[in-house]
Amino acid sequence: MRSFFRNALVRYVARRIAWASVVLVLISFFAFLVIQLPPGDFLDSYVEELSRSGMGVDSATLVALRHAYGLDRPMIVQYWEWVSRFARGDMGVSFLYAKKVNVIIAERLPWTLALTFASMLFTYALAIPIGIYTARRQYSAADFAASFIAFIGMATPGFLLALVLMWFFYVCFGVTMGGLQSPQFIGQPLSWAKVGNLLMHLPVPLVVIGIGGIANLTRTMRATLLDELGKPYVTTARAKGLPESVLIRRYPVRVALNPIISSGGWLLAELFSGDTVAGIVLGLPTIGPVMYRALLAEDMFLAASCVMVMSILTVLGFLISDIVLAYFDPRIRLG
Amino acid sequence: MSELHAATTADDDVSWSQWKLMRVKFSSHKLAFVSIWLLGAFYLLALFAQFLAPYGPWQPSPYAYAPPTRVHLFFHGKLVGPMVYRTTIESDPQTFERNFVVDESRPAPIHWFVHGAPYQWLGFIPCSLHLFGVEKDAQLNLMGTDILGRDCFSRDLIATQISLTVGLIGVFITFVLGCLIGGASGYYGGVVDNLVQRLVEFVTCLPTVPMWMALGAAIPASWSNLKVYFTITVILALRSWTGLSRQVRSKLLEMREEDYIVAARVAGATDWGIILRHLLPGFASYLIVNLTVEIPRMILGETTLSFFGLGLRPPTVSWGVLLQDAQNLAAISTYPWLMFPACMVVVCVLAFNFLGDGLRDAADPYKE
Repeated sequence: MRSFFRNALVRYVARRIAWASVVLVLISFFAFLVIQLPPGDFLDSYVEELSRSGMGVDSATLVALRHAYGLDRPMIVQYWEWVSRFARGDMGVSFLYAKKVNVIIAERLPWTLALTFASMLFTYALAIPIGIYTARRQYSAADFAASFIAFIGMATPGFLLALVLMWFFYVCFGVTMGGLQSPQFIGQPLSWAKVGNLLMHLPVPLVVIGIGGIANLTRTMRATLLDELGKPYVTTARAKGLPESVLIRRYPVRVALNPIISSGGWLLAELFSGDTVAGIVLGLPTIGPVMYRALLAEDMFLAASCVMVMSILTVLGFLISDIVLAYFDPRIRLG
Repeated sequence: MSELHAATTADDDVSWSQWKLMRVKFSSHKLAFVSIWLLGAFYLLALFAQFLAPYGPWQPSPYAYAPPTRVHLFFHGKLVGPMVYRTTIESDPQTFERNFVVDESRPAPIHWFVHGAPYQWLGFIPCSLHLFGVEKDAQLNLMGTDILGRDCFSRDLIATQISLTVGLIGVFITFVLGCLIGGASGYYGGVVDNLVQRLVEFVTCLPTVPMWMALGAAIPASWSNLKVYFTITVILALRSWTGLSRQVRSKLLEMREEDYIVAARVAGATDWGIILRHLLPGFASYLIVNLTVEIPRMILGETTLSFFGLGLRPPTVSWGVLLQDAQNLAAISTYPWLMFPACMVVVCVLAFNFLGDGLRDAADPYKE
């Protein structure tokens, strides 16, 4: 029996991993499309940049450059060049930052991961308890308040919330909440003061990034738990004298957690969206703002790498949430 | 509620039609009921925006960043009807700061039905009539002005046209894509279904805002406003059809096996006959609910994209484009009226969400 269980789970995981790699290939097509979509190739914008600063490029050099970068070869060859280099960790050079793209990504990836992970924890830590509380006290004042805030949260665009929060802190406390740390701490070695400063800056980004997910998950949790609470098994358990808190925790909450777990991948995609928006407005050291600047400047290698990295992370997130769900819910892995 | 209860439980011959049940259930959802009227008002506003706006959206004036004009009813203690005072600009000789000086001796009455900036109503009827306005040497800026001295109230009103229709057109594209793809998936099943489901998973894997931004940035700067507008709606719909197609598919799969469908098939009805006559009415209400929920997301998407300069661009006027002026703290704290479009976004999206909630309840009137 045990080996069967293992087998089913392993087979399920293998299937998911195979599919995730197909998705990654599709996403790489999409990212390559991002490079190709703007009219002209990146050399055109580079030349434009150069001529703006007064340096001309003659056409012979241009042809040579075009050949050197392989821009005169068929699309599919170019794609293969790009994707195989990407896989080896060579993502090209960003003319916007005049740095290698992988250096830029490596600088910002840890911040992105840390912030996304923190906002995921924050989302769950708020959404699940509030969902349970409001379902148990349906139509109470707290329930209405939570629903109201959730609706407002879903209706407010992230950039607006970021602006309003920044404005609020600026007017009330006279502090600028941009970034993740005050300027004097940037580049300083890790110290308690620095950690404290970091923690002080954390709430605004967390709220901005998480608000959409929190609102959504709270409502999902509340709705599923309400459905479960009306089922006969709950009445039976109550009739047998099980204390209410134990009953809730042990049975209906476990069932209601299923959709929450399965939305993990979706939540991650949502958080990357929030992270991009919050990152741009609040000036966070994450990948989103870099992608934004790169898109505006048509620095396509950088932009495509950012899209690629964020998509890979999302696909990984979907994979992990699928596996976790399969582990918790036998119907999935046997289905 | 009790009315509904009576209708569904009473044993007498009074049985209400499904639509009547839905209507009753819908009107018992008070927020949704208020929302539908609010949204109706919003769309009416959009329809007559140029008429209601005292100025054209691009009409500049020397009054840059003027605060909202105060409307008075009394002049020297006498009721004279709505009027404003003429304002002059004076610059401080020391700081070079521009000050707006209200001249309380020169009132300018607000006139009704005046001829002002010409516009094309509905895009083709030439018109110059405005609901209200003041004489040329006075300024009436109910919501202040922007950096070029353009009237924010007029711009906010006219922006509703673009922002509210982006949602509708985007939802129409979503509807077509979702029904076709989801319908094929649910109806044919097998390989087609498998492929479509994988496609849906793939699209769900893409982080929304980065994907929108990447596509939005790819729109050439040379395109006309109209072309950009439609491209943006397509970009927004590219992500949102997945939800609808899933719904259509699961509904089709579920209903294919229902007794009455099997009966229709046995009775010799054609495939298309069954789909159009029996299946479609069966889940039309679900489709409407899903589409209603999509509209606010589209509006938020357009606003976000335009705010970041990757969506609609000036001279198009939309809520997102208007909010570009409020991108930094200095602008917001000095000229708070630039934030007004944000309030409209929030109110409108809230109303759509409540409406969706009410419709979802109404779509299933038998559920208590």
